[in-house]
Amino acid sequence: MAREIYLDNSATTQVFPRVAEKMTRVLVENYGNPSSLHKKGFEAEKIIKEARQEIAQTLRVDASELYFCSGGTEANNWVIKGIAKRYGKRGRHIISTAIEHPAVLNPLEELAEEGFDITILPVDKSGSISLDDLKKSLRQDTILLSMMHVNNELGTILPVQEVGEILKGTSVFFHVDAVQSFGKVELQPKVWGIHALSVSAHKIHGPKGIGALYIDKRLNLPPYLSGGGQERAKRAGTENTTGIAGFGEAVKVLKEQDISGKVKSIKDVLLAGLVSIPGVHFNGSPDKYATPIINVWFEGIDKGEVLLHLLEEDGLYVSTGSACHSRKPEPSHVLKAIGSGKEALFGAIRLSIGALNTEEEMHEAVQIIKKRVQELQRM
Amino acid sequence: MNSVLLVKYGEIGLKGKNRSRFEDKLVHNIRSALQDISEAIPRKIYGRLVIPVDEIHQDVIETVRQVFGITAVSPAVSAVLELDEIKQAALKLLESSTGKTFKVSARRPNKSFPFTSPEINREVGAHLLANTGKWKVDVHSPDVEVFVEVRPEAAFVYTQGYPGYGGLPVGVTGKGILMLSGGIDSPVAGWLAMKRGVDLVCLHFHSYPFTSQRAKEKVLDLTRLLAKYKGTMKIYINYFTEIQKEIKQKCPMELYVTVMRRMMFRIAHRIAETEGALAIVTGESLGQVASQTLESIYVINQVISLPVIRPLAAMDKVEIIQLARKINTYETSIQPYEDCCTLFLPENPATKPKLSKVVKAEEDLDIEGLIADSLDKTEVLYLR
Repeated sequence: MAREIYLDNSATTQVFPRVAEKMTRVLVENYGNPSSLHKKGFEAEKIIKEARQEIAQTLRVDASELYFCSGGTEANNWVIKGIAKRYGKRGRHIISTAIEHPAVLNPLEELAEEGFDITILPVDKSGSISLDDLKKSLRQDTILLSMMHVNNELGTILPVQEVGEILKGTSVFFHVDAVQSFGKVELQPKVWGIHALSVSAHKIHGPKGIGALYIDKRLNLPPYLSGGGQERAKRAGTENTTGIAGFGEAVKVLKEQDISGKVKSIKDVLLAGLVSIPGVHFNGSPDKYATPIINVWFEGIDKGEVLLHLLEEDGLYVSTGSACHSRKPEPSHVLKAIGSGKEALFGAIRLSIGALNTEEEMHEAVQIIKKRVQELQRM
Repeated sequence: MNSVLLVKYGEIGLKGKNRSRFEDKLVHNIRSALQDISEAIPRKIYGRLVIPVDEIHQDVIETVRQVFGITAVSPAVSAVLELDEIKQAALKLLESSTGKTFKVSARRPNKSFPFTSPEINREVGAHLLANTGKWKVDVHSPDVEVFVEVRPEAAFVYTQGYPGYGGLPVGVTGKGILMLSGGIDSPVAGWLAMKRGVDLVCLHFHSYPFTSQRAKEKVLDLTRLLAKYKGTMKIYINYFTEIQKEIKQKCPMELYVTVMRRMMFRIAHRIAETEGALAIVTGESLGQVASQTLESIYVINQVISLPVIRPLAAMDKVEIIQLARKINTYETSIQPYEDCCTLFLPENPATKPKLSKVVKAEEDLDIEGLIADSLDKTEVLYLR
């Protein structure tokens, strides 16, 4: 395969070269246990402290409110189950939305089995919720509202700031899954009244296996793992120094080079190219939101996975909206929630841009997609 | 006294002149199955194989038990041909058994041994009663049956037998090409053919990008599972994409599957010729899908002259699934990666295709060219 164009950055990203260098250095030189009393331990501790500072600054929160963990799934599980455990006596009602990631929906389902009352807010065509619906769903016994900031399949930005306003003055805790928005769109947890926020390194050209949960001081979350007292006794286990260092470095690179600006401009190029393909349609509203995700489908194509493999032949990597690998295709819960029809549901592919993509790649990607779509439409 | 595994085999003991060939194959297959876990070499004695071992390990028993041709494996003590030695061996075994009652069952193929079977039963039984406290004799339903086999080479004493699958040693029947999809049926068909001594070579039709790399990996995993019963397995991954596209463009929709199956059999036939194989093995089960009605099978079968072995022809799906679970392929087969894209599967495939219509439907296909091209792009792997 001559050339590769990677447009699946919402699944995961290639690490920045600087991240790989930093991590190699830490692996080889700063391998000490941060809890060790000698110099090797102190060096490692310092690396973690710097990374925590870097990330906290970007989020404009205090470094002492940031807890490292294994990633988005763990952060979401931790906060949802933790709040239910600690505040379950105060109330048994939790609100979320229909387009959350399984790392939110499945813990909520577990809580429902334990007797919690879960309200799932519906979404409109673009994949956003109605603030009126939200206001109506609030109850005396509501303890948590958990929602994502940017949807991973559609790129829709949810009105997190407005929701925060509504919740101010209530006793409802507000959790935001910011895995797809961190480093890509504006995010101010403190100003917006967010009590807990999940972020992950591998969606922003950092390594896999590391993420963080911001926990507001007013939220008294029980520890996720107990043991040797690491992460201020909230999340025990020897720190993933290498991962944390890589996470910190990725955030630093993002900050130094206006990457979100660049991503936005090449998305416009990609979008303009896609619009020129006959029979093109979009799930959600990619032109409305400045996020790096485009969910697209083409008339006459109801097998996204076949299109995916055809594009792969030309070195273009994307993902599908729904899994079609079985004779009974498994539709995406997000596309179903926005009311997509058959082709939009099963023929959709998702293109997600990352900081390492170039404008030239977008032109090339459009040509490949145009050619392969026509090939498939003829079959 | 030595620990051994006493291996019994059924049918192959009956087959006259071919007997030593069968036994040699069985010895070879056992050694190849054991190669990673034990260096033990099976020894032929008349009517049995004996595998000397330092200690009895359950994984060795399990591995040997699964070699086709074997009816049972018993962990045994081999004793020299003296009654005292046999008594000691029996005592040792009974002491490590659990239960309250026992009986001794002797057989004496070695007629030069000075005691008859009933005498051995009495002598050994009396020795066991005299030297243990709690054990009593129960000749009708004992908790432990102490078997004594007096053979020319030695006497073998054992209390347990692990059943084997029976059948014939893989390789004695000749070679066959298994058309292996990613489904539940074809691995079971392959297993049954191997059980009757067929040496298998697998053939899979891959139509990437209309199926995924994961669908292929699933087939390779199934091949590895089947390889457990024969050692290394050879598999051909045929590049079928262009053929499927051509069929879709040039043939009537209701005949897609019929023509596709005919192309597959033609390719299987070519590979059989290269391999010197004398049969094609498939997982077809009568009436299960449109291509498996008798009318379809008749039309599809026209393209080849080799016999097609269909071990599942008369089995129900439930029975096939039970077997798939037993041979441990079921969990892999039900992974959701299909071997044929629905793009090539019509809603209403013909269940009673007419030969003349099918032949006409193929008129526009460059059959020889398509086959040659797909064979050129065929990948060959050896898996174990």
